[in-house]
Amino acid sequence: MYEKHLEKPASFYPEYPRKSGNQAVTHYCPGCGHGIAHKYIAEALDDLKLTERTILISPVGCSVFAYYYFDVGNIQAAHGRAPAVATGIKRINPHSIVISYQGDGDLAAIGGDEIIHAANRGERLSVFFINNAIYGMTGGQMAPTTLVGQQTTTSPRGRNIHNEGYPIRMCELISALEAPVYVERVSLHSPGGRAKARKAIRKALENQVQGKGFSFVEILAQCPTGWKVSAPDSLKWIEEKMLPYYPVQVFRDKSAEAESWAPPDVTYSDADVLQLIELPLEDDAAPAARPKVAEQYRNPRIKIAGFGGQGVLLLGVAMAQLGMMEGYNVSWLPSYGPEMRGGTAHCHVNISDTPIGSPLVSASTVCVAFNKPSLEKFEKEMASDGLLIYNTSMIDIEPTRKDVEWLPIPASEIASQMGNIRFANMVVLGAYIQKTGLVSMETAIKGLPTFIKAKKLIGENIKALETGAAFVRGELKI
Amino acid sequence: MPRELIKGNEAVVKGAILAGCQAYFGYPITPASEIAEAAAKYFPLVGRTFIQAESEIASIQMVYGAAGGGVRVMTASSGPGISLKQEGISYCAGAELPCVIADIMRGGPGLGNIAPEQSDYHQVVKGGGHGNYRCIVLAPNSAQEMCDLTIKAFDLADQYRTPVYVVTDGYIGQMMEQVNFPTAVQHPKRHDWGVHGDDATRKNLINSIYLDPEELEEHNRKLQKKYVEIEKKEVLVDEYRTQDAELLVVGYGIISRILRTTVDLAREQGVKVGLLRPVTLWPFPAMRIQELCERVRAIQVVELSNGQMVEDVRLAVEGRKPVKFYGRMGGSVPSAQELLGVIRKL
Repeated sequence: MYEKHLEKPASFYPEYPRKSGNQAVTHYCPGCGHGIAHKYIAEALDDLKLTERTILISPVGCSVFAYYYFDVGNIQAAHGRAPAVATGIKRINPHSIVISYQGDGDLAAIGGDEIIHAANRGERLSVFFINNAIYGMTGGQMAPTTLVGQQTTTSPRGRNIHNEGYPIRMCELISALEAPVYVERVSLHSPGGRAKARKAIRKALENQVQGKGFSFVEILAQCPTGWKVSAPDSLKWIEEKMLPYYPVQVFRDKSAEAESWAPPDVTYSDADVLQLIELPLEDDAAPAARPKVAEQYRNPRIKIAGFGGQGVLLLGVAMAQLGMMEGYNVSWLPSYGPEMRGGTAHCHVNISDTPIGSPLVSASTVCVAFNKPSLEKFEKEMASDGLLIYNTSMIDIEPTRKDVEWLPIPASEIASQMGNIRFANMVVLGAYIQKTGLVSMETAIKGLPTFIKAKKLIGENIKALETGAAFVRGELKI
Repeated sequence: MPRELIKGNEAVVKGAILAGCQAYFGYPITPASEIAEAAAKYFPLVGRTFIQAESEIASIQMVYGAAGGGVRVMTASSGPGISLKQEGISYCAGAELPCVIADIMRGGPGLGNIAPEQSDYHQVVKGGGHGNYRCIVLAPNSAQEMCDLTIKAFDLADQYRTPVYVVTDGYIGQMMEQVNFPTAVQHPKRHDWGVHGDDATRKNLINSIYLDPEELEEHNRKLQKKYVEIEKKEVLVDEYRTQDAELLVVGYGIISRILRTTVDLAREQGVKVGLLRPVTLWPFPAMRIQELCERVRAIQVVELSNGQMVEDVRLAVEGRKPVKFYGRMGGSVPSAQELLGVIRKL
């Protein structure tokens, strides 16, 4: 037993070929706590038989070179980002055991956001957090965990609560979240403390093996170099200075009752994938013969405008969809963003025999105005001989352009009489189809379910189309 | 072939799934949010991963982690978010991790606005983050290309082990057009350099740190060699009516669509104009511009920016012909007629 105890864990490389200089020893300072923490992790990986499937995320800080030592899959991460990197690799390798190993500056300062959110998502990770109250690698600067009054190179007069605030207690913060399964603070200062640390590390790994969610072990560790004390005194330093502020205890342990979970392992056939992402394998071939279209209505450049909520953008999508189904090149470009939220909305639609250059409609050949401001704004930019469709239900003036064709239609009233003012856009679409013949009513009825997603409304929308068409034919009495 | 009227932003997501992208990590931002929304809708349905990260910084680091696993992975954002992602993109370039980043550009600087601009050119084409690296930058100008170039971006990223941008403006992202989607679903093999959490890949290391100056210089030289190869092999350019052109206009994204109409308008007036559209912003089609520059009288560059790509055109032309610039900013987009006026002054 005694001999075995001195054996280097198999989860460590026997020597460290990735390291320059003496490859038989670590880069850590004499008396540093990292070596002990590393050893407990490596021994646990051996005993739990996890070495082959473990991935270690090395942080930035003194443990930036943790990958020198662990004979596991290794990823080195940017400063503070280890929990995000760990999230990425764990999600695509759910079977793997992912360890995120971080120091205090890395985890609690620059990476404060990443650790809180990985914990809050309940990522199935084992996080080992080395708290030594100082930035070691960069030469002894203040950490978020530096104690009040503690002198560092960037708190030369001691940490002052009025300038730097108080040290952060990460276990307490993380155990305030709902998702974490296991949160414990341990210390390396004494044999008893180290025994608890060894046990906590194992538990955090076992939890991950069982798919139990986020486990977080904070390890109070000595930094004799940074603290400028001897190695033996560094143990006393933990006991006297750190333990009063950072109580060693279990903050959360739901390991027994937490649900074991892994993402379902399902494979999808190519046909399934195409269907699930709504790419129908069957092509809707364009009709062999398109409807004949009068010269002035061909290749329309359409501008549609109105209040947000009048179905302006949807009418544009409908026109583009039906144009595409008739075999034309089409484009639809919305006004987007805050304009859509309650203000005015407009969109540009092109339906063309030839490839579309600019999708922006500036000299429109068709203008649809649902309200007065839209008519006033957009009739001005119409091309001569264009078609101006305007909703007389909401426009009490006449257009000023005498060189364009007018199609006045009380679309909102027709829709209201049908029982829903929101059908006004489909009334206009029916009118446009009847007027121009650019698409057939048959195509419109067939294409309607692609832009009217609510199945129960399809029948009424078809009726709205037909009513709009009937109005243009003069068959509708208002 | 499945055909759909679809927004450019959504075409990116369907293209990514067809390309075998396994994971999407993102953060909402206008005008790129439809990409995150479509990914949230479709990725889990087909057994892929979608996470809305806590920040742009975290999302690109999740990409770094998953890419380290040797699978196809992507994120998307717009200007302010791309600024935040630059840290992670530099790490991906340094660690030679393939990934795809879509940037749907909006107005800047600062919070700017959400209207279309092309002012991210410098930050995506010139490296953006710290260090000696380049990213391949593909610039679609239609919904069809939003799909096709996303798929190509994954292929290039894998081939060269490098981050690849798909960059366009808010208009191309928001616009709906018909897209003919491929029916092939790719099943890319996991890279054997990745960390898969198994014994076979246990010795692998994903890393961008080289402590020794000589080692880091060697690593950088290896990267530069790769970039030279990309410059030689991967330039893509689209031309319209350049055969007999006496004037050349250069633009990408929505501007190239408008310029195409302007070229037709100018030709109707007897002005022989041709359009060159860089499809790859990096590698930049400098050689082709040099060739065309021998034949044309002058070159007009149009951008939705203060003049960023024009610097690369001028570097290519080397003062042999006049290179004029016309730019709009803040979300103002010129009409074809407005640009005709600009060309008539050449």
